[in-house]
Amino acid sequence: MTDITPFLRSLLDLPGISGFEKPAAEIIAKEWQPLVDEITTSPLGSLHGLRKASGGGKAPRIMIATHMDAIGMMVTKIDNGLLRFTHIGGVDPRILPGQAVIVHGQRELPGIVQLIPDRLLDSHSAGNAPDYKFLFVDIGLPEKEVLKLVQPGDLISFAQKSFEMDGGYIAGHSLDNRASVAALTICLQELRNTELAWDVYAVATIKEETAGIGALTSAFTIRPDIAVSIDVTFAKGPGSNDYRSFPLGKGLSIGIGANIHPVLVDAFTRLAREMDLPYGMEMMARSSGTDSMMIQVTAEGIPNMVLGIPIRYMHTSAELVSVNDIYRTGRLLARFISQLKSDSAQTLFEKYAND
Amino acid sequence: MIKPTPSIFKITKTHLSLLEKLSNANGISGDEGEIRKIIRQEIAPHVDEIKVDAMGNLLAVKHAGVKNPVKMLVASHMDEVGFMLVSDEGDGLFAFEVVGGIDDRQLLSKTIAVGKEKIPGVIGSKPIHLLEDGEANSVVRTQSMRIDVGPANASRVKPGEYAAFATRMNHFGSTITGKALDDRLGVASLIELVRHVPANVEFLAAFTVQEEIGLRGARVAAYSFEPDFAFALDSTPAIDLPRPDGEENTQYNCKLGAGPAIYLADAGTLSDPRLVRFLTSLAEKNKIPYQYRQPGGGGTDAGSLHKTGGGIPTVSVSIPGRYAHTAIMMATIPDWENTLRLMIAAVQNISLDLLKVDRS
Repeated sequence: MTDITPFLRSLLDLPGISGFEKPAAEIIAKEWQPLVDEITTSPLGSLHGLRKASGGGKAPRIMIATHMDAIGMMVTKIDNGLLRFTHIGGVDPRILPGQAVIVHGQRELPGIVQLIPDRLLDSHSAGNAPDYKFLFVDIGLPEKEVLKLVQPGDLISFAQKSFEMDGGYIAGHSLDNRASVAALTICLQELRNTELAWDVYAVATIKEETAGIGALTSAFTIRPDIAVSIDVTFAKGPGSNDYRSFPLGKGLSIGIGANIHPVLVDAFTRLAREMDLPYGMEMMARSSGTDSMMIQVTAEGIPNMVLGIPIRYMHTSAELVSVNDIYRTGRLLARFISQLKSDSAQTLFEKYAND
Repeated sequence: MIKPTPSIFKITKTHLSLLEKLSNANGISGDEGEIRKIIRQEIAPHVDEIKVDAMGNLLAVKHAGVKNPVKMLVASHMDEVGFMLVSDEGDGLFAFEVVGGIDDRQLLSKTIAVGKEKIPGVIGSKPIHLLEDGEANSVVRTQSMRIDVGPANASRVKPGEYAAFATRMNHFGSTITGKALDDRLGVASLIELVRHVPANVEFLAAFTVQEEIGLRGARVAAYSFEPDFAFALDSTPAIDLPRPDGEENTQYNCKLGAGPAIYLADAGTLSDPRLVRFLTSLAEKNKIPYQYRQPGGGGTDAGSLHKTGGGIPTVSVSIPGRYAHTAIMMATIPDWENTLRLMIAAVQNISLDLLKVDRS
């Protein structure tokens, strides 16, 4: 098996903020090139890697969606040489003071996020939790230079580089959802020498963190018979210990709920047990909060599955994942795909429709 | 030999790489060994004596070549603010306490290096998706944060070990960013300063411990030496940011880029006016930009130094730095250079005659 860590870490160190995914797309395309038969880019920037069914001809389609976009920030105003900004996707402003960032202006500019000091605030605002209203980025340049190099709309990404901890743990920003891109890559590697009855569409979607636009449009173009979304889920850890979270490094999550086709829940859990892969059931009573929400209601409707990779500290500059859980997810998916027969869709869904 | 004039002194790549080494090294108050080791190596060829006292202060003496020399002490603190692990909570998670003054709001989602082996970790933050109503408006306190070194490294660290921000120093243009520039900028300056001591000065370089938790090292460092004058060489916050209400910021403390900040008064010290005038006249004569650090709270090693023994005429000079006591500070090369120019001028012009001048 190829070591996925170098690829994942190179992805983690890139921006690729929602709507501006190109830096991530380029490196994913390079990694997928030898693993698929063709790669195309959707009009909105999603990456479609197609591994064709063996023997050619018309085959059923499975689409695996992993979003490649990341949360980040955007400059809104230049104020006395300091940059005021807003967030793209959900960023808790309380993680931002003291954060090293990169401002993507005329060139990449290193910056520091800070909070207006209490002594410059009135008594109602001093000591409060950090809020965007009182946060700024300092790029350490004179105002004149700043005005030349930066303008509103420029992106700001976390500068935190990924790093490894002993025992196969990786920390970095954008593990949501580059960890899943890595799992999908493992799946493609596993399938490299396997005969396939289905066309496999590996999709790296755009704009999940903001609206799920990539999933919606790619599903429409591909029209798969089955779709699987892989996204990260909450690992147990500080602030995250109830039923919504899963032990870090102890297996993936398999979703169950309204976004997910019950037949696929059965199929995936059975397969995980057969493979002796540890997993937990993730309760998604109303919505999964993933690309599957959009995929499910595309065109005439698409049967969906959601797999989750547990990470700690989701949507921060230093998320934490176990690489074992990434491999498990990739292998489960590869096994599911390799067992699909040309009539599997009918077999799987017929009984459901007639029950 | 002609003494180089102070205004010619320049910060070079060598100075920057020394600062980088010092900034990236970890020396939380009470655990300054790694910094001490770097300093010892750097100054050994340039001083006559080096000793480490009972508290861990590194005291280096450059003897004068004359009888009845001026005894001048310059102190820079080696320690930085950081953390101590206090409880093993299992699964790689450790409760911690802050050592020195760090605002709780500076801690979430910061990378950390634990112990002598610098085991990597992170102060994790609760996912935004799981916040309860109104929770985003509350400040998370240290007591409910954890340092996470990952499940597999749980047994490699233990309570009692120190931890530091994992920030690496960077410099671009004339800007320097990094952790612990308070007071590694002072330490790097003092290492340079020992090379500029003239023969009439008995020079004591005091690299002090535990400044951040109560100026403790400086209190004993000056005791045995009985200097005629003491200088605290530190870094002070530049709070020169715009006020959100649009009013003029009159509480900036000092300004980045405006040169060395000379102290008049802080919470612990009223600077010796003779030394203040000595420094400002040197700055003017040598065309070195300088500023007064706004009188106010805060303090430096001077707070301990000036009341040691029978009392020592003392002043503080600080290199301006934004965002002190956070994961990443900002300072400028010109401010550092001008502070060193001023201190080089001071060591080359210090004289016992200053004691004869009227204090008022």
